[in-house]
Amino acid sequence: MSMKSTISSAMLASAVAAALSSLAVAGPLTEAQVKSAMDAGKEKCFGVALKGHNDCAAGPGTTCQATSTVDYQGNAWKFVDGGTCTTMKLPDGRMGSPEPLSRDMPS
Amino acid sequence: MSTSTGNGSRLALVSQRLPQHQIAGLAGTSFKHQHLPAILADDVPGGFFEVHAENYMGAGGPPHAALARIREDFPVSLHGVCMSIGGPQPLDRTHLTRFKDLVDRYEPALVSEHLAWSTHGTTFYNDLLPLPYTEATVGRVADHIDEVQETIGRRLLLENPSTYVTFVESTMSETAFIRELVKRTGCGLLLDINNVFVSATNQGYSALDYLGDFPLEHVGEIHLAGHAEQQDDEGELLLIDSHDGPVADAVWKLYEMVIARTGPIPTLIEWDSAIPDWPVLKREATAAQRILDRHAQVGSREKFRASV
Amino acid sequence: MQASSRIPTAPVGAAGSYVARFVPPLLDPEQQTPALVSGPNGKAAVKRFNVYRNNVTVSLIEALAATFPATERITGETFFRAMARFHVRETPSTSPLLFEYGRDFPDFIARYEYAQSMPWLADVARIERAWLDVYHAADAPALTPDALAAVPPNRLGDAVFMAHPAVRIVRSDFPAVTIFAVNRATGPVSRIETSASESALITRPELEVAIRNLTPGADILLDRLLSGVPLATAAEEATSRYPSLDLATAIATALEAGAFLAIHYGEKP
Repeated sequence: MSMKSTISSAMLASAVAAALSSLAVAGPLTEAQVKSAMDAGKEKCFGVALKGHNDCAAGPGTTCQATSTVDYQGNAWKFVDGGTCTTMKLPDGRMGSPEPLSRDMPS
Repeated sequence: MSTSTGNGSRLALVSQRLPQHQIAGLAGTSFKHQHLPAILADDVPGGFFEVHAENYMGAGGPPHAALARIREDFPVSLHGVCMSIGGPQPLDRTHLTRFKDLVDRYEPALVSEHLAWSTHGTTFYNDLLPLPYTEATVGRVADHIDEVQETIGRRLLLENPSTYVTFVESTMSETAFIRELVKRTGCGLLLDINNVFVSATNQGYSALDYLGDFPLEHVGEIHLAGHAEQQDDEGELLLIDSHDGPVADAVWKLYEMVIARTGPIPTLIEWDSAIPDWPVLKREATAAQRILDRHAQVGSREKFRASV
Repeated sequence: MQASSRIPTAPVGAAGSYVARFVPPLLDPEQQTPALVSGPNGKAAVKRFNVYRNNVTVSLIEALAATFPATERITGETFFRAMARFHVRETPSTSPLLFEYGRDFPDFIARYEYAQSMPWLADVARIERAWLDVYHAADAPALTPDALAAVPPNRLGDAVFMAHPAVRIVRSDFPAVTIFAVNRATGPVSRIETSASESALITRPELEVAIRNLTPGADILLDRLLSGVPLATAAEEATSRYPSLDLATAIATALEAGAFLAIHYGEKP
C-alpha cells in the first residue's frame, strides 16, 4: 500500500535541517528581480497606457451610490482593442506580439 | 466549576473590550483605508467614521485590522448596503447573520440600511433599486425591518433612497410610506438630504415639502453627499447620486434648515468615488460640524428659555 | 404557456412582481424600459431607467477591475471593460460580497475569443483572484521554524502540514508570476523575455500579501502538502517528476512564506 520510497527519513531530516538553517534565502519577488525580468527584453513597449496602478489593490468595495460613468450600451460593439506590454516568446514559439497589436475592429 | 467562572470573566472582559465613544452632535466621514495614516496623524481628531458593512464580511486581513484600529479611537457607524430590505423575497439569513456578527464585533454607535432592494433570486445587482409604495410593499418591508432588528437586537436606521423613476402602481408618497414603517417597526431613520434633493429634482416635487412631511423626530443620522448632473429624455435635469464631489450648496441650505429645526444629529459626509485626500474630506465634515455646533448652542439656549 | 410568460400587469396578489418585471432589462440592453416605471407625470423613463442599468453594469465591471488590476493593465482599459461587460452580463454576481465576485472570470478569459492571443492572461487573472482570497482570509499565526525543528526526525515522513487559511498556489504553463508582478508594480512594463512555466505561492502571514515564484517540483510538493499529503509521500511525488528538486529550498520557501498553520501526524485528525 505504501509507495516504494526513494526518499529516506535521513534525506528528509537533512532537507528539513538545511531548510531551517537557510531561512531568509527565498524572499518574495523583489523589485530587483522584477526589474531584471523586464531588463531581459529591451524593446520599447507599444500601445499601452502605463497607468500608475498601485501594487496592492484591496479589491472591490460595495457601492451605495450611483455612478456618473455612462456604460449601458448594447452588445453592438464587439470590438477588440488589444494593447499589451506583456510581449514575450512563448514556449512553443508562438509570440505575444512585439509590434503594436493591430486594432481588430469587426463592425 | 472553575471552568465556568473562567468563562464568565472572559465574557465580561469581551463585552468591555471596546471603548465607548459618544456620537451625539458629531459630524463624520466615510472611512477609506487610504486615509488611515492621515487620520491617525491628524492633530485635531474628532468626529466619527462610517463603513459599509459588506466590506468587512471577509474572515480577516487588512480590512478588519483597519476598522479595529479606527474603532479604538472613534465612534463607528455601520452602514449596510446589500440587505435588500425593499425586495419581496425573504432576507438572506446568511447575510443577516454576517451583519449581526459585525454589530457584535464592533459595537457600532449607529447601524443603518437602505429602503431599496438589490437581490432577485440568487442574483445580486449591486445597486440600490427602487420599489413601489403600496399597502402590500409596506407590510413586506416592515416585516424585513422587524427581522433585522430582532436579529441584531437593536434599532435600525432606515435610509430614504435616491430615485430616478416612479412606479405607476404606487399608492403612497415616500414620506407616508416611511412614516408607516416607523409606526409599524419602531425603526429610526437615516435622513439622506442629498437623496431628498436628488429625488425631488428628478421626480418634480419640492424638497422642502418632502422634509416638512418627513418624521424628523425619528432621525438618528443624516447623510450629505455630492451629486452629478445629467439629462432625462426631455433634456431636463436628472441628478445622479454619485458621491463623487463636495456637497452642493442647495443641500447645505436644506441641511441647515433641518438642524435648526431638530438640533444636532450625527451627520456623515459620504464620498465614495473620486475620493480626495483626507484634508478635503475633513473640510466637508468640519463645515457640517460648524452647523451642528451653531445649533447646539441655539438649541440649548431655547431649551433653557423654555424651561425657565 | 402564454399565461406564464406574459408580464403581469396587476399588483394584486403579487406584491413582488415589481422585481420580476424590473430585473430582465437591467443586464439586457435589447429589452425595453419596463412599463411599470415612468418619469413624473407620466414622462418617459428610458434615460431614467438607464441610470439603474448603468449602475449595475458599471459597478460590476468596476468590481472586476478592482480585483484584476494587472489583467486590466495588460489588456488596456477599453479591452478590459468590453471583456468584463460580457462576463457581467453572462455571469452577474451571486453574492452581495463583491470581493467574492469574479471567480469565474479567469475561465471566461480563457475562452474569450479576443483574448486568445494572450494565452497567459487567464493565469494572471487566477493569480489575482487568489491574491484577493488571501487578502480576506482568516488571520492565524503561521507555523514557526521552531515547530518544525521540534518534529523528531523519525516522524518527519508522516508529518502532515495543515494549510494556513491565507495560502493559495496557482500553477501556470506560462511565466504568469513574472507577468503578474510587473503589471502590479508601479513602474513601466517592457518586454519580458522568458518562456518558463511559473507557479505562484501566495500567502499573507500578517497583513501583507506576498507572492513567490515556486520552482518546478516545489509547486507539486507544496500543492500536495497543502492538500494534506504526508511529507514523505509529497516529496516522493515531486522528486519522481523533478529529480533535481531541492527539497530544502522548497521547504524553506514555504515556511518563510507562512504557508502552514500546524503539523500533525498520519491521517487527518
